[in-house]
Amino acid sequence: MYPPEYRYTKEHEWVHVSGESAAVGITHHAQDQLGDVVFVELPDVGAKLQANGAFGTVESVKAVSDIYAPIGGDVTEVNEALIDMPELLNSDPHGAGWLVRLKIFDATELEALMNAGEYAEYVAAEGG
Amino acid sequence: MSKIRRHQTQNELLIFERSSPGKIGYRLPPLDVPAVAADEALGAENVRGEIAGFPEVSEVEIIRHFTRLSTWNYAIDLGLYPLGSCTMKYNPRLNEAVARIEGIVDAHPYQPQALAQGAMRIQQTLERYLAHIAGMDAVTLQPAAGAHGELTGILLIRAYLQSQGDAREVVLIPDSAHGTNPATAAIAGYKVKEIASNERGTIDMASLAAAIDDSVAALMVTNPNTLGIFEQDIAEVAALLHDRGAQLYMDGANMNALVGVARPGDFGVDVMHLNLHKTFSTPHGGGGPGAGPVAVKSHLEPFLPVPRIAEEAGALRYDHDRPRSIGRVRAFYGNFGVLVRALAYILAHGGDGLRNATLDAVLNANYIRKGIENDYHLPYDAPSMHECVFSHNKQVARGVKTGDIAKRLIDYGFHPYTVSFPLIVHGALMIEPTETESKAELDLFIDALKSIAREVETDPQLVLRAPQTTRTSRVDETRAARKPILIWEPPANGA
Repeated sequence: MYPPEYRYTKEHEWVHVSGESAAVGITHHAQDQLGDVVFVELPDVGAKLQANGAFGTVESVKAVSDIYAPIGGDVTEVNEALIDMPELLNSDPHGAGWLVRLKIFDATELEALMNAGEYAEYVAAEGG
Repeated sequence: MSKIRRHQTQNELLIFERSSPGKIGYRLPPLDVPAVAADEALGAENVRGEIAGFPEVSEVEIIRHFTRLSTWNYAIDLGLYPLGSCTMKYNPRLNEAVARIEGIVDAHPYQPQALAQGAMRIQQTLERYLAHIAGMDAVTLQPAAGAHGELTGILLIRAYLQSQGDAREVVLIPDSAHGTNPATAAIAGYKVKEIASNERGTIDMASLAAAIDDSVAALMVTNPNTLGIFEQDIAEVAALLHDRGAQLYMDGANMNALVGVARPGDFGVDVMHLNLHKTFSTPHGGGGPGAGPVAVKSHLEPFLPVPRIAEEAGALRYDHDRPRSIGRVRAFYGNFGVLVRALAYILAHGGDGLRNATLDAVLNANYIRKGIENDYHLPYDAPSMHECVFSHNKQVARGVKTGDIAKRLIDYGFHPYTVSFPLIVHGALMIEPTETESKAELDLFIDALKSIAREVETDPQLVLRAPQTTRTSRVDETRAARKPILIWEPPANGA
């Protein structure tokens, strides 16, 4: 369910680091709780994200939720496909539904995040 | 379209589609004065020739169109309207009779103040009664609705703190809050910090204590909160905030649980709004507009919006000379017709009657809670005030969610409860009956919910396909949100 090479937050975001670059998205559990996503608001390329800072919003038929940055970094790319196809967040949250790519500031910030096994346990403990 | 069903349920064309070019619903007498060209009299730039697509119909067609549409509505005048957090109580006809008194209905905001003394006395009296009910020192009637009241209240706090040379940047908000609370704080320029609830469903005092520092301007709290639970530590919450120079804002959306029983001013609230369209029985939603008066303690009074009503030797006047005021928040003096109705409600009930309404509202919510507690999961078991919050946990294993149960309620003849809110309860059913309902109506509602719970066990598809007694069955909510069609356009071929 949860890719082992990703790291996860308690707010249900994932981050996938390769070298100095990282992709960020929301987890399968997050999209399941939100229900059908109808709108995604993302930052501009060049925005500086702080770890744990809100950087965008996801709107579903039920609620509007902030998205928090798992780690800090400069936004190098945003997933433009989500503007017309927000349903990608529901159908492929860990792949085509990625939100932003970052040039990361400090890889040691990853150490505070959960691995896939820890995240699966965390979700189970939350009753999900 | 051919006619295949009775009027009340037939599919109704848009008024634009009913239009026939050149059709008019009136006949004017011959002109008996010299004709004047509109563009010469008004200036050509002020004159419009045609309005594209303007519907042209006869009087009976437009009356039938809107009357038919009105029969598709559900209304408090038809039955129980249990939308949690909305306080959909009956709007007494006495309010309407009073609001139609000639001197009130024909009052004009540009009337000289000497000739508007009665209207001004209505405002002054309502301000005083609301202040007394809330346990506060002063009230402004200007804000046009609850969220507008919130913004006004937070701007008052900001002005007060700035006047102390102590501008701060953070507003604390419990995770059970109405969504308008963080939106208000953000619009007013504050950073929002969320406070977790404890297992009882109320503010966690340790989390609050850890979050309060000298950057905190205020806490925004709803009491009772959105779980319908009274924040029993509210006096300590207020003391904790005041010790650090922060203010306590109360969202008064749930005042229907407190009027005549407890006063926010007595438990430490500095500023709050009241929803006249909830607690004080004025029309709600389409019957609106609303009104969200703001009540404050004396230290915030100098900052209230202008004008304020002043009285000298028995004469009332509008005082605009208030140098510390945050300024106007609305044109004129608030939604005056709504204010009249709220005052009529207060005077018709008196103090004892208002207190009885509160006690009945709490009794009704607890009667429903007790009635369905074996059928639906109750995530927080602290005592309920004016509303009760269940979750779909027992039903979700059969594939039925809160939204499905709500739609099935429509088939039973009731308006749905509030769905999926508050957010801290996953799959919430939020039910607020208000004091309006008799035991007989509550029993019908309880029977409906119990029957739906049985259907979920025996025939979940019945619930998943609901509603089936309505004009249209399930609509595609997701597609409507993703690809909304907001503007009607005439067919390209003119057909």
